[in-house]
Amino acid sequence: MVQASAVEIRNLDKFYGPFQALKQIDLTIPPGKVTCLIGPSGSGKSTLLRCINFLEEYDAGEVRIDDQLIGYDGPGRKMSARKLRQMRRSIGMVFQQFNLWPHMTALENVAEGLIRVRGLGKADAATRAAEALRKVGLEDKMQNHPARLSGGQQQRVAIARAIAMEPRLMLFDEPTSALDPELVGEVLQVMKTLAGEGMTMAVVTHEMGFAAHVADQVAFMEAGELVAVDSPDAILHNPSDPRISDFLRTYHERNAF
Amino acid sequence: MELSVFQDYGPMLLRGFGVTIFCWLAGTVLGMLLGLLVALAQRYGPRPLRWLLQVYIEVIRGTPFLVQLFVLYYGGPLIGLRLDALPAGLLGLTVYGSPYFAEIFRSGFNAVPIGQIEAARAIGMAEPSIVRRILLPLGLVSALPALVNFSIILTKETVILSIITVPELMYQVQRMSTETFRYLEANLVLALFFWGLVETISRAGRRLETRITRHLIERV
Repeated sequence: MVQASAVEIRNLDKFYGPFQALKQIDLTIPPGKVTCLIGPSGSGKSTLLRCINFLEEYDAGEVRIDDQLIGYDGPGRKMSARKLRQMRRSIGMVFQQFNLWPHMTALENVAEGLIRVRGLGKADAATRAAEALRKVGLEDKMQNHPARLSGGQQQRVAIARAIAMEPRLMLFDEPTSALDPELVGEVLQVMKTLAGEGMTMAVVTHEMGFAAHVADQVAFMEAGELVAVDSPDAILHNPSDPRISDFLRTYHERNAF
Repeated sequence: MELSVFQDYGPMLLRGFGVTIFCWLAGTVLGMLLGLLVALAQRYGPRPLRWLLQVYIEVIRGTPFLVQLFVLYYGGPLIGLRLDALPAGLLGLTVYGSPYFAEIFRSGFNAVPIGQIEAARAIGMAEPSIVRRILLPLGLVSALPALVNFSIILTKETVILSIITVPELMYQVQRMSTETFRYLEANLVLALFFWGLVETISRAGRRLETRITRHLIERV
């Protein structure tokens, strides 16, 4: 079992100039559970996710990870870069575009953070990195550069890179959206395993199957608002809000053939 | 064509070519270093410094190299900067090249996908490590063709150093020309030397590019 963090989001606002991307978001991400964020594109799901590790700076409200405010020391006072890095060490993130470092092998990609952030020696880091890569089923691709890996393999390296740091919380920003359909499964499988180990996960996704079967709760967003948070069953099968049913109808229409 | 003049002037021309190569190499390396510092300071420095460096870039890029060299060599002593021809030439070349190099580095850095920087930030990497391990190696790869290209342009700027009596190839060619009236021969030799130098640099550049991008290119 991993040590799992809890996330508390309160009254969160985020503006891009006059445009309000997040409106008074309240969301609890319970420890050891999987929370899926769904909704139409441009609804603010990714922005919300990126506020959790402060890659996106929110303007008002709070994001607390295990009771500790991230990004700010107090109202209007930015946290020091050092403290922010300290907090980010226990938050893993996986991106839509994988964002592996192309000049490093898979092993080097995973070992980099262990060396530069955790201060491990090269040999130790390589051992730990190899372990993480084995966990995502890539023990035979460790010496490959990203250009020699398929999208699904690249994304699994990216997951290994995050879990090698032993995070207590994992953020997934549309981890399968850039993948060819036949490669989606391998990535979702790794995520499922991770969820089974009791990792706290927040997942922005368009994979309704994953949300239905793996999520403990589903949050639906639209136009910067959190419309509803409930069990997958309640959101996906008995939506309380017409905006959700509209979204699901378009989704089903697109996927029907 | 009278080739016998080269029996007398050949060694001198070769020495001149040596000085040319030295000036180019030193000026390029120092100019690149200064340009890199400027680009990094522009990216990470405080606002007033960034503004100051922008002015520096605009002024140097906006004025002819010849004029900069005159100001440095003849105007320098007025503020206590008394340099011999060669050091003045090297300093001039370094300063002249630096804003162009800075802009090349800037565009190289901008070519590094922001997501790859964010991935490093997300695992808690400190900014200096990010620069050293990710921004620089990837940025330099993107910048390489432009760096080689501008280095080639700089080879030909070295001839201007002859005006402040740096004994490089152009200086020797002019000396030979005025002493023998063999303007055509002398200048043709100069052209050949430069062509050879540029060809060498461009081949070396292409080789280097192939070498450092071999892992970055998708081979299916």
